[in-house]
Amino acid sequence: MMSSTALPDLPAGDGDGDMETLHLAATTTSDYASVASTFDPLISASPPSPPTPAAFPLSPASSSFVDPPSYADVAASSSPHSASASSSASPRSVRAAASEYTFIAVSDPAPEAEPAATSLVPGSSPTYITYLVTSARRGEHRRHAVRRRFRDFVTLADRLAEAFRGHFVPPRPDKNTVESQVMQRDEFVAQRRAALERYLWRLAEHPAIGPSDELRVFLQTEGKMPLPSSTDVASRMLDGAARLPRQLLGEETVATPQDVVQPAKGGRDLLRIFKELKQSVVSDWAGVKPPLVEEDKEFLEKKQKLQDWEQQLTSASQQAEALVKAQQDMGETMGALGLAFIKLTKFETEEALYDSQRIRAADSKHIATAAVKASRACRDLNTQTVKYLDTLHEHLGIMLSVHTAFFDRSSALLTVQTLMSDLASLQSRIEKLEAAASKIFGGDRARLRKVEELRETIRATEDAKCCALREYERIKENNRSELHRLDQERKDDMLEMLKGYVASQAAYAEKIVEGWETVEEETSGYARKTDSTAW
Amino acid sequence: MISTERSQSQSPRSSMAAGAPFLTISVTDPVKMGTGVQAYISYRVITKTNLPEFEGQEKIVIRRYSDFEWLHDRLAEKYKGIFIPPLPEKNAVEKFRFSKEFIELRRQALDLFVNRIASHPELKQSEDFRIFLQADEEKMDRARSYETGIFKKPADFLQMFKDVQSKVSDVILGKEKPVEESTPEYEKLQNYIFELENHLAEAQKQAFRLVKRHKELGQSLADFGKAIKLLGACEGDSLEKVFSEVGSKSEMLSVKLQREADNLLFHFEEPLKDYVRAVQSIKATMVDRANAFRQHFDLDQERKYKELNLYVSHFAFTHFWLCAKDFQLTRKFEANVFTFQDIPNNSCGLRSL
Repeated sequence: MMSSTALPDLPAGDGDGDMETLHLAATTTSDYASVASTFDPLISASPPSPPTPAAFPLSPASSSFVDPPSYADVAASSSPHSASASSSASPRSVRAAASEYTFIAVSDPAPEAEPAATSLVPGSSPTYITYLVTSARRGEHRRHAVRRRFRDFVTLADRLAEAFRGHFVPPRPDKNTVESQVMQRDEFVAQRRAALERYLWRLAEHPAIGPSDELRVFLQTEGKMPLPSSTDVASRMLDGAARLPRQLLGEETVATPQDVVQPAKGGRDLLRIFKELKQSVVSDWAGVKPPLVEEDKEFLEKKQKLQDWEQQLTSASQQAEALVKAQQDMGETMGALGLAFIKLTKFETEEALYDSQRIRAADSKHIATAAVKASRACRDLNTQTVKYLDTLHEHLGIMLSVHTAFFDRSSALLTVQTLMSDLASLQSRIEKLEAAASKIFGGDRARLRKVEELRETIRATEDAKCCALREYERIKENNRSELHRLDQERKDDMLEMLKGYVASQAAYAEKIVEGWETVEEETSGYARKTDSTAW
Repeated sequence: MISTERSQSQSPRSSMAAGAPFLTISVTDPVKMGTGVQAYISYRVITKTNLPEFEGQEKIVIRRYSDFEWLHDRLAEKYKGIFIPPLPEKNAVEKFRFSKEFIELRRQALDLFVNRIASHPELKQSEDFRIFLQADEEKMDRARSYETGIFKKPADFLQMFKDVQSKVSDVILGKEKPVEESTPEYEKLQNYIFELENHLAEAQKQAFRLVKRHKELGQSLADFGKAIKLLGACEGDSLEKVFSEVGSKSEMLSVKLQREADNLLFHFEEPLKDYVRAVQSIKATMVDRANAFRQHFDLDQERKYKELNLYVSHFAFTHFWLCAKDFQLTRKFEANVFTFQDIPNNSCGLRSL
């Protein structure tokens, strides 16, 4: 989703095919033809591209960072890319190689008609796009191919969110509610296809989600989408509203254990939602200390650090976008300048009345061609820059899933707190009833019966509380292990990004400088002459 | 560093030693005068010379842009057919009028302007040039407002009116354009100049944009560097060092780019602009030439018409005169006939005597 903000004519660094065609289209000089024809390891070192992990010799551990390509290497080869073939140990490709799936691809977008289409305008039934999803599991030889539509991906995302509370579940591509005209357009479809592919790869690389059943079923089960789809909010609310009267009358008193492990929000139990809301208000505003609090200092510290990190990341990613745009503009203007000079020199050569004009024109042509070459180099550099700095955008996406995971934790905590308050209030009711009952001689059968009921309720609530507590602990553990994993991944990714960015900047800068130095040599005669104002 | 090397037309040391005639002018020291809307920049014009036409070895005067403009217009009037050195642009966007770069660029261009006049064999003889270089500020003020006052206008008006007149009559009578002289060589030259201006202007436009791009890239590199450093601060440990290295290098690059932008502005874009102005000055001379030719042509036409009119009216007059004469004679003749007819009656009176 972040990558949709990348420059329109530069696909954000995935999909081998895209990159290489771009490369071929942009170059005509023999200088670049050699680059385009060679298999470009730097480009294909980027992770979510399917063919590469298989084609790649994998290095064992991501900690063995190779030395940055030496500039001598770079200068020697006409292509700045080939020198970094050694950096095949990019952390992303390592992760991809270690994942549950060796191959995932999303392709072949094809429109299909809505089955029970009741269109008001005859002859234009609403259609949707389906994608062919092919995958191969590690250890299995056969490839699975299924057709899925975007809605199915949304369902997958929802099911995963439910099943993996506390984990950093990769965010799915945006929904984009736009009119069907836009939906059909090629560019939009292509962007979405690429985004979906990246999404599936990220899911596969996740140590917990990759091997999950949900993913497997999604990728392998043919035919209609096998996972239950989420119902919309309105119908859930209606269901909840139907139950409410019975709840209030005390007929359905307690949330069952299996309900309790799911968050209250988005569920059907309106009463529970209200109770938890009240609990959170009481904790936050009334200053009443809830029965159980978040005490894990380490967690709170980490949370704070991540907040700072996210803030800086947002600003860095904005600056990165501005930088990419500035580089692109520079390349364009340099090219336009070169072109203007080429036209000028051509004109001079043709229309000149004196030979000296032609000589000058020929010399000026060197400058023009150098400018055009510099412009091309600039644009290629920009492609690389986009690819590397895209890491910033990706990590912003990851932060979203972090927020979700932290929210899972806090809502589970809230459930526990609510149940504990419930217990406390039930207990006090019992005490009151018992106290009242004891004052009556001979016992109060009605009250005692009530007390028995309440004790039943308490027992059930205790059970629910235990479940909720267990869930809470589970989520906390997930948080912890994910945070640890994120730390490592973040370090690896950032380092890779910086190395790649710097290496490509240096390499291309050298190339451009070379070009200008050649021009300087060729026109050195002029520098020696003194300036004169005569004309 | 902005150099003023281009300001010398001759090296004063060598000529002074040789006792050869020299004329060195420099335009320096731009100072903002006045406030608000009426503010302007004044320049110091220093003239060093040993030529007899000038009063004294060294003269320093204060001039402003409109004074240079005055000089340019006077020379353009008096020396038609000569390519007058171009002036820097008159109007500037309010925002930039007092920016350091703009002032320096203008100063350089004005310096170039006067020195080119000084190097031109004919232009340097101009009386107005001498006034410009030597007159005190009051006299200059007067001269400037006098010339740019109403007096200029009538002559212009008349000429403009005539131009319009002839153009209108052309259109009405459906005459074709070629009131221009055109030999094939001159036409070729004209086309060349026109196209050359287009190409140069395009190149200059791109050069200007390139300067802007350098500044923009420099700015975004600086911002990026800062953001990266802050990002690294969140990380801590060894990774922070990497981030801060990248960040500081980015900032260094940004400084270099800004310097490069200035370089490009002064040493690449401005000279290109100078060439464009020069070509425009050539075009102005060509327009003058065309106007002169047209004037000549129109006056010639007028003369021919007048001659024709004269001839016709002369003829008409003669004819009329002759007719009139003729009528007179006829009356006389008739009168005489009448008299002669009376003679027999009269002669009877004489017999009875």
